[in-house]
Amino acid sequence: MTTMALGSLPGGFAWAFSRDFRLAWRNPGETVLVVAFFVLVASLFPLGVGADMRLLERIGPGVIWVCALLAAFLSLPAMFSSDYMDGSLEQMALSSHPMVGWVSGKIAAHWIMTGLPLTVLSPLLALQYGLEADTLLVLAAALAIGTPVLSLLGAACSALTLGARGGGMLLALLALPLFVPILIFGAGAAQAQASGLSPSPHLSLLAAGLIVAAMGLPAAVCLAIRIALD
Amino acid sequence: MNWFYFSSPSTFYRLAGWLSPWFFALAAILTAVGLYYGFVVAPTDAQQGEVYRVIFIHVPAAWMSMFIYFVMAAYSAASLTFNTRLGAMMARALAPTGALFTFVALWTGAFWGRPTWGTYWAWDARMTSELVLLFLYFGFIALANAFEDPRRGDRAAALLALIGLVNLPIIYFSVHWWNTLHQGSTVKLTGTSMHVAMLTGMLLMAFAFWMYSIGAALTRVRSIILERERRARWARSL
Repeated sequence: MTTMALGSLPGGFAWAFSRDFRLAWRNPGETVLVVAFFVLVASLFPLGVGADMRLLERIGPGVIWVCALLAAFLSLPAMFSSDYMDGSLEQMALSSHPMVGWVSGKIAAHWIMTGLPLTVLSPLLALQYGLEADTLLVLAAALAIGTPVLSLLGAACSALTLGARGGGMLLALLALPLFVPILIFGAGAAQAQASGLSPSPHLSLLAAGLIVAAMGLPAAVCLAIRIALD
Repeated sequence: MNWFYFSSPSTFYRLAGWLSPWFFALAAILTAVGLYYGFVVAPTDAQQGEVYRVIFIHVPAAWMSMFIYFVMAAYSAASLTFNTRLGAMMARALAPTGALFTFVALWTGAFWGRPTWGTYWAWDARMTSELVLLFLYFGFIALANAFEDPRRGDRAAALLALIGLVNLPIIYFSVHWWNTLHQGSTVKLTGTSMHVAMLTGMLLMAFAFWMYSIGAALTRVRSIILERERRARWARSL
């Protein structure tokens, strides 16, 4: 590690982002698993509810959103826990970079590794569900705006459960209720488009949620990490 | 007078022990009067018949479920900012009562919905947000008890309560926009369209539940204090 005598917000962000990104790049198994899970679960739904194309088209956006939500959630425990276990989280907290910077960098890297692949893959799944081309684009746009919020909210819950008993299930209990508004507006955007309405109110609300989350949640994550390291 | 006299667990333990029977007694009296109003004085509803009398449990329970969450979040904020132990203990003590009232509101709502709407459950805005609220309570309780070190659980759960508090209105408005079947608010600050006896019964029951919540929280906080302070000299000499 280079000496970081003078810490800075962008410096910490860039350092944490490139570190986490490089780690994931050299060990892509986790990202591949998240994507595989997403595709697999989305493909199970038609087997369960039947191959009626009209029904699939109607439930498609919602199903794809729920799958994206679960896939994003599955990767949450890994966000801070390995760094917490081997003590590097403590070293980062001691570094001269402000905490908000590198925490945001880690969250951004998490999104690049989970939310972005899901967004990019979603049109393919949407084709499986027979969605129209414009609905498909709106769905991808909603995922592009909504999945960063999932990463932000998830980061807070992941940091809160560091070192807790019963990690995975506990994390589900904390994170999934908080994801509800994102799911509603995200799936709502595509459904509005499919039924001939404008998706822009839903997308605007998602974007507003993203702005609020990006402003408030990194600070909450920092507080949660401080609580965990105490 | 020292305002922080009762912020120490040992002094608050005695105060809570002295206060809680009074609150329980008040709750019992108010419940008796409220139920009398609800079942005897209040007239039968013109449209819903006798079924509407669930309101005397349902609405106060729903009010309390939300109100207790706010109080819990306030105690959590106090415990995080001033690093007080008692605030966190009060938040912990309130959570099960809040979850109980949330459950009661959902349960009675289901039995009200069956005869009037024809269904136990509908994906209506208020019901859905009440369900999410129940999960928030469960999450709080689970997180508070998930750590070896109780102080760690206190602080993590406090932060979660605050995140949930910010999220709660967002969740409410999102589901409200998504779907609404539930009737609008009848009781508003600017006046109400309800019969006076019905309103009186409902308010009496709301106060009864409120007093019960205080009594239950004080009783529960006493056990939490004893558990935490079991090695302290004052607790051992009890």
